[in-house]
Amino acid sequence: MAEEAVTDTPELAAGDGVRRRDFINLAAVSAAGVGGLATLVPLVSQMSASADVLAASSTEVDISAIKPGQSIKAIFRDQPLFVRNLTPAEISEANKVALGDLRDPQTLADRTKEGKENWLITMAVCTHLGCVPLGGGEGEPRGEFGGYFCPCHGSHYDTAARIRKGPAPLNLEVPEYEFTSDTVVKIG
Amino acid sequence: MSFPWANEYKPSHPFMQWMDERLPVPRLVYNAVGAGYPVPRNLNYWWNFGFMALICLTIQIVTGIVLAMHYAANAGIAFDSVEHIMRDVNWGWLMRYVHANGASAFFVVIYIHIFRGFYYGSYKAPREMVWLLGVVIFLLMMATAFMGYVLPWGQMSFWGAKVITGLFGAIPLVGEPLQQWLLGGFAPGNAALNRFFSLHYLLPFVIVGVVVLHIWALHTPGSNNPTGVPVKSESDTVPFYPYFIAKDGWTVGAFLFVLAALTFFAPNLLGHPDNYIPANPMATPAHIVPEWYFWPFYAILRAFTQNFLFFDAKLLGVLAMFGSILIWFFLPWLDKSPVRSATYRPLYRKFFWVLMVAMAVLFYCGGKPAEEPYVVMSQLATLYYFAHFLIIVPIVSSIERPDPLPYSITEAVLDEDEGAALSPAQ
Repeated sequence: MAEEAVTDTPELAAGDGVRRRDFINLAAVSAAGVGGLATLVPLVSQMSASADVLAASSTEVDISAIKPGQSIKAIFRDQPLFVRNLTPAEISEANKVALGDLRDPQTLADRTKEGKENWLITMAVCTHLGCVPLGGGEGEPRGEFGGYFCPCHGSHYDTAARIRKGPAPLNLEVPEYEFTSDTVVKIG
Repeated sequence: MSFPWANEYKPSHPFMQWMDERLPVPRLVYNAVGAGYPVPRNLNYWWNFGFMALICLTIQIVTGIVLAMHYAANAGIAFDSVEHIMRDVNWGWLMRYVHANGASAFFVVIYIHIFRGFYYGSYKAPREMVWLLGVVIFLLMMATAFMGYVLPWGQMSFWGAKVITGLFGAIPLVGEPLQQWLLGGFAPGNAALNRFFSLHYLLPFVIVGVVVLHIWALHTPGSNNPTGVPVKSESDTVPFYPYFIAKDGWTVGAFLFVLAALTFFAPNLLGHPDNYIPANPMATPAHIVPEWYFWPFYAILRAFTQNFLFFDAKLLGVLAMFGSILIWFFLPWLDKSPVRSATYRPLYRKFFWVLMVAMAVLFYCGGKPAEEPYVVMSQLATLYYFAHFLIIVPIVSSIERPDPLPYSITEAVLDEDEGAALSPAQ
């Protein structure tokens, strides 16, 4: 052992094989590197949304009490939400509109779930500058197209909550949702 | 460091040469922890704890900053915010447990580091500044740890704060107004909690600054070694990189293993269960004790039960408690021995171990209730503690007959192994 330490020359001819010390050095540094990367994972991940924020990112709404022609306002991710049960008249009126007439072309089928075209679920945030449009509550004005009306700058939405007149550029946003049962919708 | 045989920093890459002419930080690193810092070749593992302390400081700062992203310092929600961290924040439980157990680990490392200094005479000339700065770091650590423990606003947080801030009231004349100024009120409350959070965030960076000075003060004369014999020639030293980087790397690995074992398998072992109860100013816990690393000093505080002249017992306890650390500042001048290392000081060595026993007794008593027999044990141990520094060390260092010292470090190393020959360090 002492012999090796004193007589071993630092320069090895290529192909003499890996020295023990080089192997140990590489293994140790690699292990430390893996450890370092593993340490980084929690430090970065802790800044992502915590469990309570994620829990508040989904809202369940009970729709059993909403009759055709009625709508309710709910809260989803700290913003207002419209849940409306469309009447058959409102549905056919929406389907009659030619896509070419729309500023933001979408059919009612695009904006609802299959088999549930009467359920129109949209954010209650005007796509112009963010006011809450009228028409979601009893007796509120519903604008010239029978949907929603934003009093701030006069945007009119139709029965499918699509922009028809006024400064808003887009239809009311349809959030991600699914029917967990016939009476409960999970938004987000 | 001014050893003439030290490796010189010679950058070969053009960018490194450019950097060296403008802001020589790579040169600084090379000369501090690289191949440019010659270190005595005979250092033993007691010398690894300084580097380990630096790792602890880094861990505390990183986990602390991350925790501060989720903690709320308002008395109404602080406790809940810590539970939010434990339950809702991704990996929050890990950050919290690493920070809490890391603080304990930091104190274990630092106590060993300090006791190494006591044994090997690291505080002696020409390293007095290293020692003084080190005591300053220790005091800053104690302040930081105390304030950090208050932040979860549990029962022990609140009542510990009550006791320690209450000590200021013991100061004659200015005590009461001073206490109220510190607290921002009449008792620990929202004002105190908020300012403790601010200061707890600040002080670790002050510690970093003092650590830089501490290392600079060490690197000026160079490191001590277990023989206490100064470096005389090139064969006495090896370059810090790679030898002590490798050795420190190994002990850092072992340290992290222990910290991980504690964090994952016994995270609340060193904590007090009462701190999982929200603070209640109306209900005092049965036994108020600080965290284990303060126990020796807490024992000294509570050892004084009688008034003396115009000093009341509370004030005596406070003075003794602070005095027990401030006395370390004077150690380089209390210890008059020209021999550094206890390896060659047979009489001093015995008293060093008696001091260790006394501190162990103080540690044990500090965690116990303030009842007999712990009170009388604390009193005897406190008596020895102060006698050690003020009477025993000066006398022993003057009358002691030390063992003969080796001529040099090289001689000390060679003598241990009959057939050894030193090959030049690469």
